[in-house]
Amino acid sequence: MKILLNGLHKAFESRIRLGIMSALAVNDMLDFNALKEYLDVTDGNLASHLKALEKEEFIKVEKSFVGRKPNTTYAVTPLGKKAFSDHLSALEKLIKGASS
Amino acid sequence: MKQEKDYSRDLAEIRSMMERSSKFLSLSGWAGIMAGIYALVGAYIAYAVFGFNPDHSSDLPLTGTGISATLLNVILLAVFILAMAVGTAIFLSSKKAEKRGEKLWNATARRVLINMAVPLAVGGILVLIMISKGLIGFVAPFTLLFYGLALYNASKFTYGEMRSLGLIEIGLGLLGSYFVGYGLLLWAIGFGVVHIIYGIYMHYKYER
Repeated sequence: MKILLNGLHKAFESRIRLGIMSALAVNDMLDFNALKEYLDVTDGNLASHLKALEKEEFIKVEKSFVGRKPNTTYAVTPLGKKAFSDHLSALEKLIKGASS
Repeated sequence: MKQEKDYSRDLAEIRSMMERSSKFLSLSGWAGIMAGIYALVGAYIAYAVFGFNPDHSSDLPLTGTGISATLLNVILLAVFILAMAVGTAIFLSSKKAEKRGEKLWNATARRVLINMAVPLAVGGILVLIMISKGLIGFVAPFTLLFYGLALYNASKFTYGEMRSLGLIEIGLGLLGSYFVGYGLLLWAIGFGVVHIIYGIYMHYKYER
């Protein structure tokens, strides 16, 4: 894992990845289209960010079929949950530290 | 290195995403107010114009040939009110969603509707069965009951106040089932007055 000096995680530098993690943190699982709607990004863009998070093992991917249409759902892993909450507390600390 | 401003914006964005993706927040308070007004007007028409106020659980309105004219009028009126209320809710909510820069028909909205659909469908079918058996007095309280259950079930995915609204409707439905003579009055309170109060409260709390 690449952790920046101040406790922020490198994987969450991108707004879109941060958005994906936020959405997955409060939902058991979301499918690709739901994420696309919330984030308002293109298929390719979203897919590449999801792939990056999957490679870090922060999210798990489940492919299934709804009728004949493939349906991919995403859920956050325990590792991802921890990394995300660490990132959040680092953010909070930084903001508090800088403003005091 | 990012600045403090960026970190604050990250946090704000995280908070907004968590809220947007877990709760349906485009429901407009005005929709509640309008639905309440339609319900009050409808209840008045049913009572004053059609003379509909069943005071027994079973008034056997089924004549040998079929449903009585009064009952048919009331059913048509009810369907019309429902269509008006749903139409207004969709219209106002889509405007609110647009203002918030969201789509109305997103994953959160679907989840709210799916969670409402089961209790509503069960209630709707049960009410149709009761009409066919001539148990007209229970129709008004049972619509309140199942509507309340639907709201209660969906409240996890939208404003928390919907939970209280659901419980109030359930309570009024139970009261109406016991005091059948007050069924129409309690229906007017539940769908009319309570909706209007709820709508005004939501409008002032979240939309100003």
